[in-house]
Amino acid sequence: MTMSTLIAERHPSDPLFRADRLPHIWCPGCGIGPAMHAYAQAMVESGIPLARHVCVSGIGCTGRVPGYLNMDSYHTTHGRAIPFAMAIALVKPELEVTVYSGDGDLFAIGGNHFIHAARRNVDINVICINNFNYGMTGGQVGPTTPMGARATTAPFGNYEQPFNLPHLAAATGAVFVARWTSLHLRQLKQAMLRAMKKRGFTFIEVLAPCPVGFGRPNDIGDAMEEMTLYREGCVVDPAAPLDSLDIDLRVKDRPIVLGNFVDVERPVFDPLAMMRPTSEAENNTAVAGKTQEGQ
Amino acid sequence: MKGEPAVLTGQHFLLGDHACAEGALAAGCRFFGGYPITPSTEVAEWLARRLPEVGGIFVQMEDELASMAAIVGASVAGARAMTATSGPGFSLMMENLGLAAMMEVPCVVVNVQRGGPSTGLPTLVGQADVMQARWGSHGDYEIVAYSPASPQECFDLTVKAFNTADHFRIPVLVMADEVVAHMMERVTIPPAEAIPRVERKRPRQGPGGNGFLPFKADDDLIPPMVHAGEGYRIHFTGLTHDERGYPAITAPAHDRLVRRLVDKVRQKAWEIVEYEEYRLEDVSVVIIAYGSTARSARRAVGLAREQGIAAGLLRPITLWPFPGERVKKLAERVRAFVVPELNLGQISREVERFTSLPVLGVNHAGGAMMPPEPILEAIREVAG
Ligand SMILES: Cc1ncc(C[n+]2csc(CCOP(=O)(O)OP(=O)(O)O)c2C)c(N)n1
Ligand code: SF4
Ligand SMILES: [Mg+2]
Repeated sequence: MTMSTLIAERHPSDPLFRADRLPHIWCPGCGIGPAMHAYAQAMVESGIPLARHVCVSGIGCTGRVPGYLNMDSYHTTHGRAIPFAMAIALVKPELEVTVYSGDGDLFAIGGNHFIHAARRNVDINVICINNFNYGMTGGQVGPTTPMGARATTAPFGNYEQPFNLPHLAAATGAVFVARWTSLHLRQLKQAMLRAMKKRGFTFIEVLAPCPVGFGRPNDIGDAMEEMTLYREGCVVDPAAPLDSLDIDLRVKDRPIVLGNFVDVERPVFDPLAMMRPTSEAENNTAVAGKTQEGQ
Repeated sequence: MKGEPAVLTGQHFLLGDHACAEGALAAGCRFFGGYPITPSTEVAEWLARRLPEVGGIFVQMEDELASMAAIVGASVAGARAMTATSGPGFSLMMENLGLAAMMEVPCVVVNVQRGGPSTGLPTLVGQADVMQARWGSHGDYEIVAYSPASPQECFDLTVKAFNTADHFRIPVLVMADEVVAHMMERVTIPPAEAIPRVERKRPRQGPGGNGFLPFKADDDLIPPMVHAGEGYRIHFTGLTHDERGYPAITAPAHDRLVRRLVDKVRQKAWEIVEYEEYRLEDVSVVIIAYGSTARSARRAVGLAREQGIAAGLLRPITLWPFPGERVKKLAERVRAFVVPELNLGQISREVERFTSLPVLGVNHAGGAMMPPEPILEAIREVAG
């Protein structure tokens, strides 16, 4: 059997991907691919027709995700996916808009947009692939790089305190907040499903190996070893206090805490709320075009 | 809550900024994302009240990076969308202005010019962003920029900006200045059915078919535009892309795309270009002036004529594309050009590209309206 016939074999998720764009750009062992697959499966299981899902990204390795998905997708500029996505969601409230981007994109250059969209409770989902570095540009330090970790622009080890992303998201107003890894695909997909069914600003952090940008300079042998490191270091504790979710890889036996941490209700951003009859505005369902299903 | 209709047909006494806002509403703008900045803030304040009245969306964004990204996002979802800003905010919008050019997403940016660089003169007039308007974002692209000289033109040219943007699938600029934006004059708003409306070209085939190429242009070099949620499964990217919209990171693909983006506007430049001529019949000295400065230039023409000098005014209404061909034609029968502007010589450089006759700049860095006297002096100087 030749390679080409192998590639041509059908997989149940095939229609979700742009097969004509393969091979993809990601390195062997990269955590972005599996997490993208979880998103694709969640879309199918969401019951929302694929034509109503929209994926928006900024720039980076993760920013390439929408380009491989066979759906309406927008690959915008570095850091600006959230305001772009917000406007789509406001103009067409019937769409299920998801931002899929990297830690640098969403929390360094785009950090301001994240906190304001969360504060407003804009009806979008934000999925962040946190690989602890700027993968695309070759492994520079970023706002989630753990203390002590080496990067091309932190050759002596990172000395900046990184963000605790679930804590940040919750504090700024996200109504659903979760953290999983690209190894916890079932839990990750379930979290994505919940995010899709929930109205308002949801946030999912996905810890993902980047063997090239993060593993190599930090003496993590390969992707397998990086994944093992996360698997062995992870504990699932949805009730953990948000301020205890910092990730510190220097301290041996300090766990990486995973879970669905926040699931609350808040009025959803609706610039026309004041124009609607009071009862409608209070229920805040008028622009939705979709109703709250389950949680 | 019921408000006034989208098109406020009738005679009004309006501020330039408010006229821009009414022009946007009349053109069917239903999304505004902006960040307050003098001297454009009145556009946002006006639309914050008026847009919800007509079912439109107003969002005060967290900054101008977000404002520009939001109007591009609103437009890909199908809305006519606008932002308004001034120098510092305009600088922040440049990257996503380029995104709109690259993704071919129509949108309108009003830039009310004040004195720069940096924070400069927040409340006082300038005209020093006109080259930034042309070249501000990185890479090669063509832009259309209108220059209103009155509140009536703030209305008319904002309407036109939306139509040009939708027709060519490009970002379009309304380059007002503080004097025009803060001036009150009579503005006539026509009946709704008399407001010109050019629709976006839309795909002729439904979704689901094979071989649909969302970025395949017609003979006019403009591809029909698909909106989010229509079932076509489109991909838009700021990366160089092919007709499928897929990234194509090669020199030939880049040259093909960028050339098309530029040529779709360039080949129709003669249709887009607009200017006003004032007393050019028997002219020997031509003033070229735009925005508020054109008002002083008109006065200078009168004063010069009183002194027996055959002066006249060419007022570019589109700064970009620039009416260079008109300059060339005039150069065949005049002595010199005088170019007053509230910057230290920007459009004068463009004039020089189209003539070898003397081009005398009358420049002030900004902060006050250009008075007619220095323009008159320059006319006398070149008239000899
Ligand atoms: C305005 C701007 N600045 C810098 C860059 C270069 N750049 C591209 S991707 C990137 C970092 C991406 O890191 P992250 O968001 O973590 O994504 P990853 O590649 O790790 O998935 C940078 C700095 C850019 N494209 N645009
Ligand atoms: S550099 Fe890192 S994030 Fe980028 S593709 Fe490679 S492994 Fe993945
Ligand atoms: Mg990263």
